Formats: sequence, C-alpha cells, structure tokens
Amino acid sequence: MNGNTTLTTRETTDEKQTGTPFAPQTDEDVAAMLEAIGVSDVDELFDIPDAVRFDESFDIDAGSEQTVVRELTETLERNDAPIEFLGRGHYAHHVPSLVDHISLRSEFITSYTQYQPEITQGFLQVLFEYQSLLVELTGLEIANCSMYDAATALGEAATLADRVRETTGDRILVPDYIRAERRDVLENYVAGADLVVEELPADDGVTTPEILEEAIDDDVVMTYLESPTTDGVLEEHLEEIGEIVSAHDGMFCLGTDPVALALLRSPADVGVDVVVGDASVLGMGPSYGMGLGLFACREAYLRQVPGRLVGASRDDDGNRAFTLTLQTREQHIRRERATSNICTNQAWVALRAAIHAASLGPSGLVSLAKRCHRLAEQTASRLEEIEGVSAPVRDRHHFREFRARVDDANAVATAIEANGFAIHVVDEETVQICVSDRNEHRIDELVDAFTEVVN
Amino acid sequence: MQRHTQAIWNDDDSEGYEPLLSERNLETVEVDDTDLPDHLTRDSLKLPELSEPELARHYTRLSQMNYGIDSGPYPLGSCTMKYNPKFTEDIASLPSAAVHPDRDEASVQGTLQIYHELQDYLARIGGMDAVTLQPPAGAAGEFAGILIAQAYHEDNGEGEQRSEVIVPTSAHGTNFASAALAGYDVVELPEDDDGRVDLEALSAAAGDSTAALMLTNPNTLGLFERNIEEIATIVHDAGGLMYYDGANLNALLGRARPGDMGFDIMHYNVHKTFATPHGGGGPGAGPVGVSEQLESFLPNPQVRERDGEYELFEPERSIGKVHGAMGNWLVLLKAHAYISRLGGDGLRDASAKAVLNANYLASQIDLKIPFEPFHHEFVASAGDRDAADFAKRMLDYGVHPPTTKWPENVPEALMTEPTEAESKTSLDQLAEAFGAVAADEPSALEDAPKATSAKRIDQTSAAREPQLSWHQLESR
Ligand SMILES: Cc1ncc(COP(=O)(O)O)c(C=O)c1O
Repeated sequence: MNGNTTLTTRETTDEKQTGTPFAPQTDEDVAAMLEAIGVSDVDELFDIPDAVRFDESFDIDAGSEQTVVRELTETLERNDAPIEFLGRGHYAHHVPSLVDHISLRSEFITSYTQYQPEITQGFLQVLFEYQSLLVELTGLEIANCSMYDAATALGEAATLADRVRETTGDRILVPDYIRAERRDVLENYVAGADLVVEELPADDGVTTPEILEEAIDDDVVMTYLESPTTDGVLEEHLEEIGEIVSAHDGMFCLGTDPVALALLRSPADVGVDVVVGDASVLGMGPSYGMGLGLFACREAYLRQVPGRLVGASRDDDGNRAFTLTLQTREQHIRRERATSNICTNQAWVALRAAIHAASLGPSGLVSLAKRCHRLAEQTASRLEEIEGVSAPVRDRHHFREFRARVDDANAVATAIEANGFAIHVVDEETVQICVSDRNEHRIDELVDAFTEVVN
Repeated sequence: MQRHTQAIWNDDDSEGYEPLLSERNLETVEVDDTDLPDHLTRDSLKLPELSEPELARHYTRLSQMNYGIDSGPYPLGSCTMKYNPKFTEDIASLPSAAVHPDRDEASVQGTLQIYHELQDYLARIGGMDAVTLQPPAGAAGEFAGILIAQAYHEDNGEGEQRSEVIVPTSAHGTNFASAALAGYDVVELPEDDDGRVDLEALSAAAGDSTAALMLTNPNTLGLFERNIEEIATIVHDAGGLMYYDGANLNALLGRARPGDMGFDIMHYNVHKTFATPHGGGGPGAGPVGVSEQLESFLPNPQVRERDGEYELFEPERSIGKVHGAMGNWLVLLKAHAYISRLGGDGLRDASAKAVLNANYLASQIDLKIPFEPFHHEFVASAGDRDAADFAKRMLDYGVHPPTTKWPENVPEALMTEPTEAESKTSLDQLAEAFGAVAADEPSALEDAPKATSAKRIDQTSAAREPQLSWHQLESR
C-alpha cells in the first residue's frame, strides 16, 4: 500500500486531531524535510515487504486531553474507596507533599539512566544518598539503586547466593509465611539454576533455631526469613539463625523494609548477608503493588551484585562527582554472563523514597517506626476486648499488623467492608489488620465496626 | 547555534558541587522506650536531619544539574526518549488510582477495566492474541517471554532437548542475560554484510535444540529485517519459537505488526513506545503479547471480562509470576492514557514522524552511516574519533548525545534516535552539534565536556576504589 500518507500536523482543536499532538512539525517543515531527504512521501522511508505490511486500522479512537482525563477518571471511580487496613507485604505511609513536587520536576522524571554522568549529577547524587540511607539502615556496606520489587529482589538474592557460594548445593529455604506471589517469583528466578525452593514451618509465627537445625544441611544455598513477617510478626532469633546458616556456609537473606529497620536491630549485626524488601513503603502511596526492590549486601559480594550502583569519583576539575560504576557486572557489557538481566529499574521510586526519608529525618523515621509497632499492639488489645474476637492470634511482637480470630472471617470482612473498611481474610477464621499513620485516625471507627459486626 | 551551559552549584566548603545531605547535618537519634526486648532493636540511627525549606532547595539545585527531555534533544538510540505528556501524571496521581494489591476484585473494577482495555489495545497494536501487563520492564518481559517458550516446549515433551536461545550479535544485552537467567545456552548469530540476520548462519544454528530466536525489528541498526518471513519459517520448521524485542516498535506503529511477521511472543516497551517517563532509569513496564497457542502459559493472574465485570484468573498452564503483584500499575495507567489520547491514527502518525525525523537528521549530518535504509534510528560512525569522546563534546553544545559504541558492526557507533517529538529547528540544532564536534580539534573532544555542571568524570578510579555510600566516603 504505497499510498500517499498525509502527515497531519498538530491541530489546535480536538475535533480536527488525526495525528499525534506530541510532534511539533508543521506542514512546511514536513515538506522541507522530505525534500532534504530526497523523497516525496514518508511512505518511501519504510522498507517493509508488502507481505507483512499492516493495512488496517487499530480501531482505537483518539481523544482530547479533556476527554481522556474525564474518561479515565470515570473509569477509576469504579474503584471503591474504603479506608484500607491492608498490608501483608505491601505498605504505604503518608507521603509528604515535597515528594510529589520535587519528583515531578521534569529534569528528574523525564531523564534517562545516567549514562552521561556529567549532565546527570543531580539524579546520581540522589541515588547515592538513597544507597547511603540503606547502608545506614541495614548495616551492610553495599546497596544498589533498585530492583523492580521485593519479589524480584529476593529472586536476585538467590541467584547471587548460587554464584558466590563455594560449595555446590541446590536448596533454598523460605518461611511458610512468605507471600505466595513472592515465592512464585523466586521459583522462576532460580529454575534456570536448578535450585529447589522448600518451606520452613514457623512456631507461632516465628522461626526458631530448632526449626532451622531440623531443615538445614550443606546443600542449602540460601535461607530467607522476613522481619516483620507477612503476618506482621517480628522474628526473635535472627542472631542464632544467622550462626546456623553461616555454619553451613549458606547465605542468610532477610526481607524487611526501611521503616521497620529504623527500629529494628541492624541486619548486619545479626549475621544477615543480604537484605531485600520493598523500599516503596517510603515515597509511594498504595500503587497496586508497584514497588521498589530494596537490595543491600556485604562488601564481599561487590563484584557479583545485581543492578546499578552509583559511586563517587572525581572530575577533571578535581571536584567530587558521581557516576554509575562497576558496570562490567551488567548486561550491556557482560551479556549472558551478567549478574542480572535488569536494565530499566525503579530509579524514580528510589528518588521518591530518598526524599521521603530525608523529610522524616532520623527522628521522624524512628518515631514513625515506633508508632507502627505501638499501633499494632494497641489495636490488637482493643479488638481482644470485643467478645467473639481474639487478637492478636500470635503471642508475639507485632509491627504495623496482626491477625485476629473470629467465627466467620468472610462474613466479618464483608460486613466491615460495608462500613467502609478493607481488611484481609487469611482463612475461614482469621482476618489480618494493618494500621499505620495513614489510617490511624479511623481506628476508633474500625473497632466500633468490629464490635457491631461480631455481635 | 543555541548553546547551553548547565547550572552549576559549587560549594567551596565541600568537596563537590551541591553538598551531600550528610555533609549538611547528620544527627544521631537514640532508639529507646520501644517496649520491645533490647536484642530486637537498634541503639541509634544516624541520618541527615534538615528542614523542609532546606530540602526543597537541595533537591531543586540537584534537579538543575540534571538533563531531561524537557531540557533539550535526547537522541539516545534504542531508548526512544520522546516527550512525556504531562496530563498522564495527573491521572496517575488520582486518589482513586491508589489501591492496595490485595483489594477484592469487586472493589477495584476501575483498575481491572483499565488493565483489560490496555491488554486489548496492546494486542491490536502488536497483532497478538493475548497480553500480560505484569512484567515491570523490557528485560522482565523478555524473561517472562522466554519462560513461556520454555513452558511450551516442556508441554510438548521437548523441554530438555530445546536448550538454546539464538540471539543476534547486535542485540541488546538484556536478550542474552534474560535467556541465560531462564537457564538457556545463548547461541550468538552473526549479521550479514547488510547488517541483517544471516540466513545461512540462522539455518545452521536452528535445529532440535532451538527453543527460540530473539529478534528486534527494525534491528538495532534501524534496518527492517526484510527476510522476516523466511527467518520465521526457518525457526518454526526447526520447532523453535519467534520472540520479538519490542524496543524498536516506535518505528512500525500502524504499518507492520510483529504478530503478522510470524512472531509468537513479544514484549512492548511502554517507557519507549508509549511515552511514559523513564524516570532517571525506571520504572517502566514490559507487557508481553503471545499468539493463541501460548495464551494458557501467560503469567498469573490475567484479567478477563464477564458481562461488564472484570475478574482475575490463573491461565491453565501459567508460568507463575515474574513480579510480586500486577506490575508497574501507575506506569501502565499512563500508557493507557497516552494510547487513548493518540488513538490508532495518532500512533501511526507518531511512527511516521519518528522515521521522518531520523531520516532528516541523518541527511543533515556529515558522518558515515554505513547501513541503510534505516527507520526511526540510524547508526553513524564517529570515524577516527572515539565515539565516547564525541559524545562528551556534544554535551558542550547543549544536547544529549546518542548512544555510543553499540552495535559493534559500526565502528565508533553513534546510535541516534531523535523520535517524533523533536521539531525541525531542534533537529537542525542537533545536526549543527554533530557538525561542530566533527570539526573540533581532537583535544577539544578529549578535554570535553566543559559546559556541564561536572567535568569529565574519572571512571577508572570509580571502579577501582568504589565509594558507594557517604559512609565509605568518610572512611576512605
Ligand atoms: C533493544 C532493547 N532491548 C531491550 C531493552 C531492555 O528494556 P528495559 O530497559 O525496559 O528492561 C532495551 C532497553 O534499553 C533495548 O534498547
């Protein structure tokens, strides 16, 4: 179909729009450009054999900015707007306004990966500050500037373990409280290396040294635990567990998040080798699971780390300047021998998390973390007072969330939802409730709703 | 020529340009009164403590030392740095889009409807039968796609036997790495002298052990693989599948579809083709489309419609998951907004102008472009100049340089993709920058850049003595 395509220029009224409104060429420009190239029609520039040319239309309508905004706003209004008491590995806190205003500056959001560091010092420095934040929180020496999410970061940790471990082995241990989605992703990441994922049972929500001793042997490449766990419980024996893992020459990987870490003992201190998790608990509101893969590890693994690293160096004027570094680990140089296939990452989410953390400062971070712990324990005790509710189910320390036992979890959750609150149903008799600074002001109402619904 | 000098914030009291937050005010906060046992909690936390006005200034200054699409031309080949329409950010910021991933299907019908519509849009655009939106970037899409190919071969009892993935030498690094992550041996396929797939080499490489061929089309030289039908026949006859790397789809919108070319699996690069911002490296999204025979292997869950209601379901032989939730939802939402804004004709027009812009820019540049006819991008050679130095000098002329030193079949490659979003004036400015650098003394290239906030950065010592946090800066 070598027909004459008229290149339509940007129109000022929407009814007339047939081309893209985001290309600036005028009709005169197009004519001059075609002439300079030496063709009479843009179709001549396409070297596509007839047999595979597409002659039809996609049958997708164009819309004005106003129309598209209205339509998508209306579609999104089909989402209910309950107050979410939801967590289980996906958390959000109040995001300071500064984060939106700064992160949406177009110099930041419309830039590419910093392959030309001399004109991208700004983003590089924020990523360097993000890495430093994670180094402080985890106690580990190295943090990369992001993986996709907690699940893929866990997958990357497992392939790292497989690469750095001196002896062979094919077992990966994960806790039974792990989110099924994370385990599924992990299984895909390790299948290529023929590793097998096995579950560790927990004792009332916590992993004990005895449980691990029972399961571990020298074939275990990596042991993964979470604290807080997907159930909201704080693990209590990480130090002993770290010793056991290390005695078997395995890697100890911990899933956690930067807010919890402001309160918890630093993972490096208890023998953790790699920390993964979702760092978008800072910087992002609920985003349907769009995350920020936290990845930090010991310096010994430096040359095997997946993902991008920002380092400090000097420029020709002798000033300190930042750049992506150790790129020989990465796919664009090492190809099939790269430490990961990741290219595009979650840099802008990391920028948001860094700004959020800076806004809180150390005192703000610590007090937010304390609040997450206190609120969970207090809310559980208040629910415990309601007849027909037993909370928390686990006699453990909690962070942000806890489980409660009721007669009929589905019925309770449905009735609670009718009151405008969303909570998790874990099984027929168990619900899970996540409290934080975002929903704190509605806890009284949630407790009232529980009282009403259960009685 | 319009010259550009980047903002420079230089602090005499600090080692660098804008001081690090840690250099401004680092405070140690004791962690006590926690009512948790001591062995569970930390003693203290040491981080920067600054007020909001100070932070606003810190980050604003940093943003002024950062170059984005809105700053000027950004012709990075293979990256499709097109304009990111602002209205899409407004939609992504709507409170109704802020939902938790464990919400009941019934209570997130709007979100699921948008997933469903976008799946459908992308299927039409790619000529595919079904689409998953789960992969969070192009490389994750490749990984998902290769896992789908693997599951298909396993289903046919050929999982063990088909242990190889064929990848052209000029392909992007992620193709090799994604295939390797899925456990495949990578077989490298040389290009012929025309810069396209060498059919004889392909015939020799394809066989009983071939799981898939991964191909970009137009390829990384911007050339359309004219023999695409024969390529597909060779691979299919050998029992392998055809994988399309969608990084270069911006060249073909509305003119050719991977599904019609014989591809069984493809990924879309939403942050390239569909104008979602690159965000300084991410987040993006890498949806994957498949032909009907592969639909049941798609990741879990998929979205389907029943009588106007949307629900999640697990495809029968699903590969499982490649992301902990439903991918980068807010990015997907922006892509939906962009496609809805342009419509089919707008997308076709975008490709036409992207190809027009690349060809016009090439016509105004006095460097050798060994491979033609190219589409949305071309690869010029810096000749006897070092391509990396050439790029550094371009920074002094106020433009972002092209991608350098890739693909390798062009010596000192300058891979250039202006996209449809550059005006003729801006392309002329770019061409002038190319010309000026080509005419500069060699020393000007070696000493460049001079007009940027930081001068040439020492990469060697950055890698030799890595300093990856402010802690390491202090201790070394
Ligand atoms: C040709 C090609 N393939 C694949 C990719 C990988 O995509 P992503 O960066 O989204 O993972 C890129 C992007 O840089 C590319 O240019």
